[in-house]
Amino acid sequence: MMDALLDGGLALSLPFLAWLVLHTEALSQAVVLFVAMGLMSALAWARLEAPDIALVEAAVGTGLTGALLMHTLSWTEETAPETLTRATRWVWDILAATALTGVLGWAVLALPTDSQGLGPEVAARLADSGVEHPVTAVLLNFRGYDTLLEIAVLLVAALGARAVNPRTDRPKLETEHDPLTGELFRMMTPAVLLLAGYLVWVGAHGPGGAFQAGAILAGGGVVAILTTRMGTPRMSSRRVRWALLTGPLLFIGVAVAPLFSGGRLLEFPPRLAGTLIFVVELALTVTITLVLLMFFPGARPPKVEPEGAP
Amino acid sequence: MSSWVLYALSGMAMFSVGLVGLFAHRHVVKRILASNIMGSGVLLVLVALARRVPSGAPDPIPHALVLTGIVVSVSSTALGVALARRIARLQSTGDVSTHSEPGGS
Repeated sequence: MMDALLDGGLALSLPFLAWLVLHTEALSQAVVLFVAMGLMSALAWARLEAPDIALVEAAVGTGLTGALLMHTLSWTEETAPETLTRATRWVWDILAATALTGVLGWAVLALPTDSQGLGPEVAARLADSGVEHPVTAVLLNFRGYDTLLEIAVLLVAALGARAVNPRTDRPKLETEHDPLTGELFRMMTPAVLLLAGYLVWVGAHGPGGAFQAGAILAGGGVVAILTTRMGTPRMSSRRVRWALLTGPLLFIGVAVAPLFSGGRLLEFPPRLAGTLIFVVELALTVTITLVLLMFFPGARPPKVEPEGAP
Repeated sequence: MSSWVLYALSGMAMFSVGLVGLFAHRHVVKRILASNIMGSGVLLVLVALARRVPSGAPDPIPHALVLTGIVVSVSSTALGVALARRIARLQSTGDVSTHSEPGGS
């Protein structure tokens, strides 16, 4: 009974929050509601027995995306200029969304329900994968391509974001030093490091892994950017470049190595698979942390800039 | 009604709300939010479908795909925000076509 109530409440609140996000006038409210929606969907994922996803959603989907969007508030105008009359638009929006949900729902619910999915197959080969957690096995062994390409996507996105806003302005040095936030950061750092380390380690047996760990480290890094004098890592720094490439290079190396001994691309020898996956995950954690951190612009809003400009 | 149906419907409703919002809004940040909401909806449907298996643990393959999806969606959001920021910067300095940034690129 309680379960049904919880599920029903979550399932109803998610689209409702989504609707609120898009229909509040003030952008700051929209972003706060968006973060709330992210937390609710993390709950939904926990309810759907997907703890890995709930962790990543809470850290990346909500935490970092929320921080990024909050940052946009500092340079964009507060209210979205909507010219159309609102009262009549609402009705049409709701009607359109309901109709679309109906059509999609009909399509999805018409899928055959007797399929077992790929679960049993993963379970049957789990012993060969080198890890005990099925999601990690899928991510880094059975579907290693996905993870490899995903890292490429992350790198490209970071490069793209940097290419359009090339200057990573450091926060001005004369910024007043808030003693409280600095202390918070100092107290938080060991916990963040410990948690991230634990998550990489636990990925082999349970929910956790490079993405969760990287997200948490990047979250700590964002706090550091906000509270200390640290700037966003600069692409021009050689160290940053190498750190960015750690994950992809190591992963590509591990992926290509079997080709020389007659194996196939990304085919880990079962004996070494566990170790290799752990090493790759560690390297990926470094890259993911840095990429996520570089998404976060430490720069001041450009609105202030044109003061000096003509 | 089993709970996966509930969540699948919820995910589809989110997707629809996001899609309608994407068309309805002009403001670039609202559009970024809308595309994010659409993405969340799709991911929710995928995870709900992973639970459809009548017995035992949920299917790990959609879970892995969704993990990848979340990371890709944060990178697309970041890129979108960076582009929007660039647009705002160019607009705030007036001349969109010829202006070169104060710091140079």
